[in-house]
Amino acid sequence: MNRRFGFYLLLAPLVVWLGALIIIPHIDLFLTSLSVKVRPRVYEIGLDNYSAFFGEPLYWNTFARTALMSVSATALTLIIGFPIAYYIAKLAQGRFRATLFVLCLLPFWVSELVRTFGWMILLRETGVVSSALQWLGLTSGPIEFLYNDAAIMVGLVYTSMLFMVVPLVTTLDSLDNSYIEAGYDLGGNSFAVLREIVIPHAKPGIVSGCIIVFMLSLGNYLTPILLGGKDSLWFTQQIYAQFITRFNWEQGSAFGFLLLILSSLIVWGGLKLTGQTLSKTVGQG
Amino acid sequence: MRKTFADFVAVDDVDLAIPSGSFFSILGPSGCGKTTLLRMIAGFLQPTSGDILIKGRSVLDVPPNKRAVNMVFQHLALFPMMNVAENVGYGLRRRGMPREDVAKKVEDALARVGLPGSGTKRISQISGGQKQRVAIARCLVLDPDVLLLDEPLGALDLKLREHMKVELKKLQHEFETTFIYITHDQSEALVMSDRVAVMNAGRFEQVGPAQELYYQPKTIFVAEFVGDSNKWRGRVAAIEQNRVTVTTAQSGRICGVAAGPCSIGDDVEVFVRPEAVALSRDGSTLQNMANQMDGEVVSVLFNGAASRLLVRARETGDEIDVALPQTGEFNDLQAGQSVSFGWSDAQTKCFVIG
Repeated sequence: MNRRFGFYLLLAPLVVWLGALIIIPHIDLFLTSLSVKVRPRVYEIGLDNYSAFFGEPLYWNTFARTALMSVSATALTLIIGFPIAYYIAKLAQGRFRATLFVLCLLPFWVSELVRTFGWMILLRETGVVSSALQWLGLTSGPIEFLYNDAAIMVGLVYTSMLFMVVPLVTTLDSLDNSYIEAGYDLGGNSFAVLREIVIPHAKPGIVSGCIIVFMLSLGNYLTPILLGGKDSLWFTQQIYAQFITRFNWEQGSAFGFLLLILSSLIVWGGLKLTGQTLSKTVGQG
Repeated sequence: MRKTFADFVAVDDVDLAIPSGSFFSILGPSGCGKTTLLRMIAGFLQPTSGDILIKGRSVLDVPPNKRAVNMVFQHLALFPMMNVAENVGYGLRRRGMPREDVAKKVEDALARVGLPGSGTKRISQISGGQKQRVAIARCLVLDPDVLLLDEPLGALDLKLREHMKVELKKLQHEFETTFIYITHDQSEALVMSDRVAVMNAGRFEQVGPAQELYYQPKTIFVAEFVGDSNKWRGRVAAIEQNRVTVTTAQSGRICGVAAGPCSIGDDVEVFVRPEAVALSRDGSTLQNMANQMDGEVVSVLFNGAASRLLVRARETGDEIDVALPQTGEFNDLQAGQSVSFGWSDAQTKCFVIG
């Protein structure tokens, strides 16, 4: 009896957290997305909000573009993050290793907003990069590096790098060095060892890192807006516009739900493709 | 060959030739540099100075993945993401061998180590002894010039270890590959090897067949490390050819042979194997032994065939380990009983200290 009570007591914060902050808002969001305004203050249940999404090319183009850019940002983060994680986990030693890890962490002590402004200082027309190029005589006039897809990509990769590096370092750390040595000893070159031993071992870390980075990119609002400009066409902007600018909560809820479905589908597809399960990757990562 | 790490000399001027096709062991306590030596042969470490020749050719500039040397790792390092056949075939695939040939050679290698048809099993599904054999098959399928084994039996339980010792020796004989085996377990080294090198503090103390190491140790370290011994400290009192008489601290006298040059007054350590000591109830059978003592049994340490007696010499109070003869004659000995014991001077080795 007592143990039961203790169990529920410990469970209570989790239930409150999940219920109040995740389940109830989502139920409300779902119900809102299904209501259609017929007259002021009169609503009917219908799928009009969803059909509006498919009827307007701007909406689903933005939607597809956001998904594609997020996938690319994830892939790019993985390509850059893997060597970093490998170096930290396998090659660096002692204090140097701890220092490198802290260096990865350090940018996250500053708010995302400030970090993004940092990039703006570097990339804007009168910014550091542009000035340096002019000073070196490589260009005659100032160059605007901001407000394009490349700038968004830079920002997204930078923002999510840590969330890729940490799970990768954890899984690579658990790979005994003797496996790598055995891989070489039996005649494998670096590429073969990487492909046959290191990557299969690191798969759970790769997948969980990718899931986190993809989710963060897809749901990011600040970085695309600030680095990509007002017309960066990120789907979160559409949601923001519906809720705040146009005060169309019903439409915004439908968009929010579509984004949730999209991210779930892509994560599910990624897991199926790599033969991993969510419990395995999250458990290990 | 020599290897130093910063200011620490791990392997110090080791010079060694291993005949092709033999089973060679390097025996030493942990931290003596044997793993460093092995890793230099494998190619994971570069010697600070010196050279490594395999079949007469220097391999110093050959990276580990190109060396005809393969290694069985301490914890075997079987790839957990692959099944047994994929593990064994890994090296062959790296050589670009066609798939059918790989499959054939893998099945052949598995049959030779006594695991036919287990290619599709996962590494986690097979037992410790089977893993051992897969790890060896994975190397031998590549037909290396030298197979290095880094204490691969360490993780096995006693019974399996005894079994694998015999098995390894048999495999080596069958494949006729040179095995270099490193271990801190002397029985592994003594049972399997054609020749054993005893290593201490980065140097080879003695290299030779197991019998030689056991019966004619050249240094104090070898005498102490290989097998069990009774040990005394004393001073040389008399020399007659190579027979020496030693006075021990407890003012006993022991006759023995000197393992090296010595002179009267030298401090020496004296070693006598427990099984060199003969027991007698009345001293009548000890007539021709150079060392004879009377004493009493302190305790009987029964351990089947390896049973020991701890006896105390009446005159000097020394406690001496004696192997219990398995002839049945002394089976009724009990603590507190009087007994005579003795050993010949030829079985008594004296080493000058320093």
